Amino acid sequence: MALTLDDVRRVAHLARIAVDDAEAEATLAQLTRVFGLIEQMQAVDVAGIEPMAHAQDMVLRLRTDAVTESDQRELFQQIAPEVEAGLYLVPKVIE
Amino acid sequence: MSNATLKELSAQLAAGTCSSVELTQEFLNKINRLNKDLGCFVTLDAARSLAQAQAADAQRAAGRAGPLTGIPLAHKDIFCARDWLTTCGSRMLENFVAPYDAHVVEQCNRAGMVTLGKTNMDEFAMGSSNETSYFGPVRNPWQRETVPGGSSGGSAVAVAARLAPAATGTDTGGSIRQPAALTGICGLKPTYGLVSRYGMIAFASSLDQAGPMARTAEDLALLLNVMAGHDARDSTSLEHPAEDYLRDLARPLAGLRIGLPREFFASGLAPDVQRAVESAIDEYRKLGATVVDISLPNMGLSVPVYYVLAPAEASSNLSRFDGVRYGHRAAGYSDLSDMYKRTRAEGFGAEVKRRILIGTYVLSHGYYDAYYIRAQKLRRLIAADFAAAFRQCDIIMGPTSPTTAFKLGEKSADPVQMYLSDIYTIAVNLAGLPGMSIPCGFDTGGLPVGLQIIGNYFAEARMLNVAHQYQRVTDWHQRAPEGMA
Repeated sequence: MALTLDDVRRVAHLARIAVDDAEAEATLAQLTRVFGLIEQMQAVDVAGIEPMAHAQDMVLRLRTDAVTESDQRELFQQIAPEVEAGLYLVPKVIE
Repeated sequence: MSNATLKELSAQLAAGTCSSVELTQEFLNKINRLNKDLGCFVTLDAARSLAQAQAADAQRAAGRAGPLTGIPLAHKDIFCARDWLTTCGSRMLENFVAPYDAHVVEQCNRAGMVTLGKTNMDEFAMGSSNETSYFGPVRNPWQRETVPGGSSGGSAVAVAARLAPAATGTDTGGSIRQPAALTGICGLKPTYGLVSRYGMIAFASSLDQAGPMARTAEDLALLLNVMAGHDARDSTSLEHPAEDYLRDLARPLAGLRIGLPREFFASGLAPDVQRAVESAIDEYRKLGATVVDISLPNMGLSVPVYYVLAPAEASSNLSRFDGVRYGHRAAGYSDLSDMYKRTRAEGFGAEVKRRILIGTYVLSHGYYDAYYIRAQKLRRLIAADFAAAFRQCDIIMGPTSPTTAFKLGEKSADPVQMYLSDIYTIAVNLAGLPGMSIPCGFDTGGLPVGLQIIGNYFAEARMLNVAHQYQRVTDWHQRAPEGMA
């Protein structure tokens, strides 16, 4: 499998990271090196092996359905780039 | 005083020969003198540290002091600490003041410890040399033109240069152990889930684990006693009964079976490192241990597996940085999508972007099974290798890092070379096992070598015992860089 510039642009779009042409070229060269390393995985037969998501194979706990958080909107919005009347502001999305 | 261990400082504070305010001031003075050169602290707030020290002295006067009350420590800048800048080494969080404390910080505060400052690190903990930090590199106090390792490079150097008696770190693929090895200090990555990840900025959630960094195994035990513990706010925090990690320190090592994986001593290991590690093993033989030849046949796959799983988890975790709720937002943009893209292009450095792109790719449609699921299957094989090995031995030993500290800039142009510097540490994270590094000698150029000690799940007390017994008969851990003791 060989990565292409289009792959880099497509993935950068999915990841919402702007890349210009020069960056895309440089990224392609480096990702190609990294995927050369990753491809070593393909040499092993993995038939019948269960994927391992977590070290301890633990099950997630359920907590009691009770309120545990207090309202800290003002505190948390102090660090937001742009807020108004308790709302986070973003560029207009509906014309 | 700055050369004293946590244990010695604890005794001095208890005896009243010094106060926490005096101790804190002494460390702050030393930091002021040396940090410009070393770059290990990114945020200092002397007034806040001294206020905490004053409160600790008052607590002691009131007869409510614990073993670490009044002792200063440094926190890796990945831990949220209320009202402290918490940057994670990134432009994205350059102005982020944490509105709450991480569980680890909360535990240290509750123990009466004093926050000396926040330490430099590779951006979002992605790096093995501390060179990806937005705030500049950290220099290794043993030789200023070499790296301290990473990602907890700032914490390692703060401890190695005696600017803090201990520090917190995090380890996703070696980020506590490798910098500990490269700077001649001790660091422990506990069993996955032993220390809460709450308030620790996430990189790869199934691998991230916090742990202590200090100058002796005994000090690691003291600090782990404070850091470990169940926390319901981290869904992967284990409900493991509290332990006293000091309890086994004095246990003799007669009968200990040390497994040496032959894969750890194959090609790629620097001769000086091999020599120092083999001398350490000889020392263990003298202490009554026996050595068993073992094999971890899938260990060679750990680096490729890690560079699928960790970036996949990172690409998901780092999607929260969107310029809306906190962190950097680009100044100019045309619409919402452009705002996200510019914000993330400006806020993240090259290595972080690279890993997000790798992760996005391996999780994208058509590639998920070939990469992500395959890597998870191989992860099970790697964990099974350790399970088989621990049927033959009690403890596994080997080098922490294939080389001693490398030069600044030496590996930063080639990501794969950099990734391979964690070849001996990554498998431990994938298996979720505890691992540590302790100093065991120097190379011919005078740079420290680390011995890696790997235990079975929840074997931290035994590992600390094994490390402590070695430190009773050797003095590598007492060596300090010139002019630092």
